[in-house]
Amino acid sequence: MKRIFFLTACATILSASGAFAQTAPPADSAKVEAMIKATFSKAPPEWQARIELDETQRLCTDRRNQVSAAEADAIQKRETASVVFPADGNFLGDWKKGYLVANVGTGGQFSDVPNGPVGGNCFACHQLDPKELSYGTIGPSLTAYGKDRKYDPQAMKDAWAKIYNSQSAFACSNMPRFGAKKFLTEAQIKDVMAYLFDKESPVNK
Amino acid sequence: MIAHVEHILIYIFLNVKSLLQNFAENGMAVEEAGGDMIELTKKMCRRGGFAAFAALISLAIGSTASHAQTPDAEKEIERYREMISDPMSNPGFLAVDRGQVLWSEKRGAKNVSLETCDLGLGAGKLEGAYAKMPRYFADSDKVMEIEQRLLWCMEKIQGLDTKDVIARRFSAPGRDSDMEDLVAFIANKSTGFKIEPQTSHPKEAELTAIGEGMFYRRAGVMDFACATCHGEPGKRIRLQGLPDFSKPGKQAQETMGSWPTYRVSQSALRTMQHRLWDCFRQQRWPAPDYASDGITALVMFLNKQAAGGEITVPSIKR
Repeated sequence: MKRIFFLTACATILSASGAFAQTAPPADSAKVEAMIKATFSKAPPEWQARIELDETQRLCTDRRNQVSAAEADAIQKRETASVVFPADGNFLGDWKKGYLVANVGTGGQFSDVPNGPVGGNCFACHQLDPKELSYGTIGPSLTAYGKDRKYDPQAMKDAWAKIYNSQSAFACSNMPRFGAKKFLTEAQIKDVMAYLFDKESPVNK
Repeated sequence: MIAHVEHILIYIFLNVKSLLQNFAENGMAVEEAGGDMIELTKKMCRRGGFAAFAALISLAIGSTASHAQTPDAEKEIERYREMISDPMSNPGFLAVDRGQVLWSEKRGAKNVSLETCDLGLGAGKLEGAYAKMPRYFADSDKVMEIEQRLLWCMEKIQGLDTKDVIARRFSAPGRDSDMEDLVAFIANKSTGFKIEPQTSHPKEAELTAIGEGMFYRRAGVMDFACATCHGEPGKRIRLQGLPDFSKPGKQAQETMGSWPTYRVSQSALRTMQHRLWDCFRQQRWPAPDYASDGITALVMFLNKQAAGGEITVPSIKR
């Protein structure tokens, strides 16, 4: 009984206080690839397949993200071809659900429970709701994202493309290609879009 | 006795704080954090310290509410780190003690201890050995980091079947890890020494370069490389600061000089093997093989960036 009480107390606290929160020559890439294979030799085959490089990953790896203008154009052209816009032409879903997508950090990890929640974990790298203090700084701040763009339809389309495939806009961007890699569903991207563009979203307050 | 109670309170206070942070981050498996909380609660129940627990919780709430709102949050956490960072209260030193026992315990088919194991400075010589690892070993014709080397010594010197040791490579509630304990003991013998990356043997230089290549390799469903998070100074994930390993310097030195560490959020002493395993988990890559050459390659590269950093271990971290 005591234990239950303590656990309840803990749970309450946890939910109540969310925001706590070279100089040597580079190695031959064939040698690096051989080492990668050896390092993950015990992983299931489908997991090993996940870390094989596509053309874009190969180039960004080789250039350490510093691609030439011509290479950047080629990447952006290729990645743009993968962007799928919503069939119904409607970019915005439910901003409240979008908050959850932005806040959930599980999915795609070998420690995740099967069929568990998958989120975009936007807060890990971006500031969004200015009231949320626990945000990362790897990506730019996105506060007032829709408001600053006057909720412009073209800006919505551009943002969709960036979320769906960041590298359609910026070659070798640090940001995942959420739609192209089928990490987030179309519905989830619509919800995140609403979190950025809905006038009622805390992002625009 | 009073001092002892204070330690427990600070310890649990930190646990609660770090759990809150973990939940906020969403990076840590909730299951794992939840397990911690149950353990914690059990500990308090056993001591019958309800009043203390209640006081502690209010303290944690108060602290979270007031400090998370200010830029002083990091400073506060730093203050608590300092408070418990002495050998008398850092639970990591329990692992050091257990490691010392394991080091001199006769085991394996040959019923001998590890005391003749050569970690690079001569048989059984431990002072400063960890500071120069990973390194090339002529007897195995291989570059080895500490855990690879210990496994080699267990097999060759003790004739020990390491299957069980490897199964317990990462400790969990009710499951001690010989490797974590041994590394804590051996690394502690390099406290006060400076990190000295080894590059004189061609295999050492080659592995360091491969480690660097691995560091920049972008892969997986999220296109993440080590460098995605650790390639620029002053970045953070949620509230967690990220050391920059793209260039040599203080951040790399402080990070590599403070592992192995006692992870308060996991109630366990953790080594670099676990740290990098956890990085790959968050990178959405598969689990790396334990004590594989690829991990050694990465440690070689990270130590290169951390050259000259002073070792003070085991440390204590969130």
